[in-house]
Amino acid sequence: MRFVKHSAIAFITFVILAGIAIPIVPQPQGWLEFPIIPGLEEKVRSIFFHVPMAWASVLGFLSALYYGFRYLQTKDFDYDIKSVSSAGLGMMFCILATVTGSIWAKFNWGSFWNWDPRETSIFILLLIYGAYFALRSALSSDEVRARLSAVYSILAGLTAPFFIFVMPRIVGGLHPGAKGDTAGSTPVAQLHMPPNMRFVFIVGLVGFSLLFVWLLDMRVRIARIEYQISLKEN
Amino acid sequence: MNFITSTLAIVSKDIHSELRTRYAMNALLMFIVTSVATILFALREDEVSTEVLSGMFWVVIFFTAMSGLSRIFVSEEERGTTMALQLVASPSAVYFGKLIFNCGLTLALSSAVTILYLVAFPMFVIKSMAIFILTIFLGSIGFAAAATIIAAIIAKANTKGTLYPVLSFPILIPLIMTVMKSTARALDGEIFTTALGEFQILASYLMIMIAGSYLLFDYVWKE
Amino acid sequence: MNSISITANGLSKDFNRSTIFKDISFSLSSPASLSIIGKNGAGKSTLSKIISGLLNSTRGSITYSVNEKQIEIEEFKHHIGFVSPYLNLYDEFTALENLQILSRIRTSTHQNSERIKEMLALVELWDRRDDIVSTFSSGMKQRLKYAFALLHDPAVLILDEPTSNLDAEGIEVITQIILEQKKANILIIATNIKEEANWCAKQIQVG
Repeated sequence: MRFVKHSAIAFITFVILAGIAIPIVPQPQGWLEFPIIPGLEEKVRSIFFHVPMAWASVLGFLSALYYGFRYLQTKDFDYDIKSVSSAGLGMMFCILATVTGSIWAKFNWGSFWNWDPRETSIFILLLIYGAYFALRSALSSDEVRARLSAVYSILAGLTAPFFIFVMPRIVGGLHPGAKGDTAGSTPVAQLHMPPNMRFVFIVGLVGFSLLFVWLLDMRVRIARIEYQISLKEN
Repeated sequence: MNFITSTLAIVSKDIHSELRTRYAMNALLMFIVTSVATILFALREDEVSTEVLSGMFWVVIFFTAMSGLSRIFVSEEERGTTMALQLVASPSAVYFGKLIFNCGLTLALSSAVTILYLVAFPMFVIKSMAIFILTIFLGSIGFAAAATIIAAIIAKANTKGTLYPVLSFPILIPLIMTVMKSTARALDGEIFTTALGEFQILASYLMIMIAGSYLLFDYVWKE
Repeated sequence: MNSISITANGLSKDFNRSTIFKDISFSLSSPASLSIIGKNGAGKSTLSKIISGLLNSTRGSITYSVNEKQIEIEEFKHHIGFVSPYLNLYDEFTALENLQILSRIRTSTHQNSERIKEMLALVELWDRRDDIVSTFSSGMKQRLKYAFALLHDPAVLILDEPTSNLDAEGIEVITQIILEQKKANILIIATNIKEEANWCAKQIQVG
């Protein structure tokens, strides 16, 4: 885990430095210069942070789902600890992604919120997290709470394919890569990024994933200790 | 065949119970009437686009469903009859029995809302009947599918009433967005084939929801 | 008559970070009787619910066999009759309707109108059969629960506080039922009344 921690810090520091410091010029020479992408210019820098955060929030949801599923299989309470810790982290990243995306939207398209499919999807993810925690707080028994929140996370996961694949096809959108965008086409790696930008971007994705793993590990360890303490008290 | 007999017996029990007590029917009917009346006062003679009309239509259905569809599990839990049901029926029979009841209930309330809308709003004209009917049919079953499993979940919780829409809404969003689009098409008078994409989504949604709920129901129902 | 056996191994139940009971084991083969005793709140009801398949144990296992063949609880539960203070029947229906509806859901072959009449007569509720259960006294409701429990002629009778809410007459009727059950089948009683516990051959203490 120390390796994960150090790599996460290293990668993200690199992304922060490269993402913010590398100048954007009309004719990039060599590695340390980014090209101007029409329509985005300086605003492209947020892609190094906003997208990995959105990715981390999805990662949080997938882990919560996976650990919930394992809980239902084994009834081992440790899985519930991991599930709720993942969900908490996922929710935090979701809020960050929504806020960074919203700020970018203001500068790029003129308003903070537009209901484009990707914006709607991240909002729905936020609703799912909110519902998950609302459900947990309304259940008083440990076992019932673990069981039912695992079921809910799986149900929410079942509807996820609809958002990822169906929505952007049906409803045209503003996000780079949605239907109607002439510049990009694939759902994930939208822009035609030059190799150096792509490198920083990938490092960002990996860095945030490692950050997620590290933070999750810490949260789980703390939660386990709290659980052990409360067991001793009873 | 025992399973089918058992399931239908559960549906029958819920229907008779409802006829005996009339808890859900009265409340739902009043809810529909007051919602439509409110919208009527807000709009009066204004012309609205078919998208807005379609949206309002499904908003009323959504909130009516949220008022009424949780009853089948919540009433068992509140009156303590869950144990009796657990002793006599298999979890699958309970799930499908309650699902069938809720499908019937949702179809009934969608029809009621349709009739009220046709009466109250002269601009609500269904130009493509086939699209509209299939949308109502698939949409209602999809609603019931999601609403039933969530009802089973919140029946075990402390704050059932407010929690129900909170949990149901995110799960229902793909359904709601799709039926709104499809209903708008019906109001616009588009030809049937344009709505095929939506029908595919609705059909796969309800299949996935029913299959998933069936598999997960054991974990919700049995402590 | 079928030969039934129930074997429990190391049953434990936790609830919210505290342990209600642990390592409960027993073995019963018809005819047999077991009483579960313990203070109020010790977990007698919980154990009786686990045995009847209404609740899962946190650890341990319980196996059910009919004529030497092991059966899953989902199928075995139709051999179980269960009475408990937590059991409630549908109070918008009449006594007769309750038994008819519940037997239809159970779809077992034993239940026809003859049998229903027999059971209602046994618990002395036949002349109240068309009254809505919400009008019943708690003693009458308790007797109706017995009618419901015995309707499908179960090989196993699990009773949680068998005589709660019953008057002297009611207790007499129940005692008869219990003695009948003990003869050829399995009887499990959870109680904190010593006399009732003594109806059974074996005993387990919980808590």
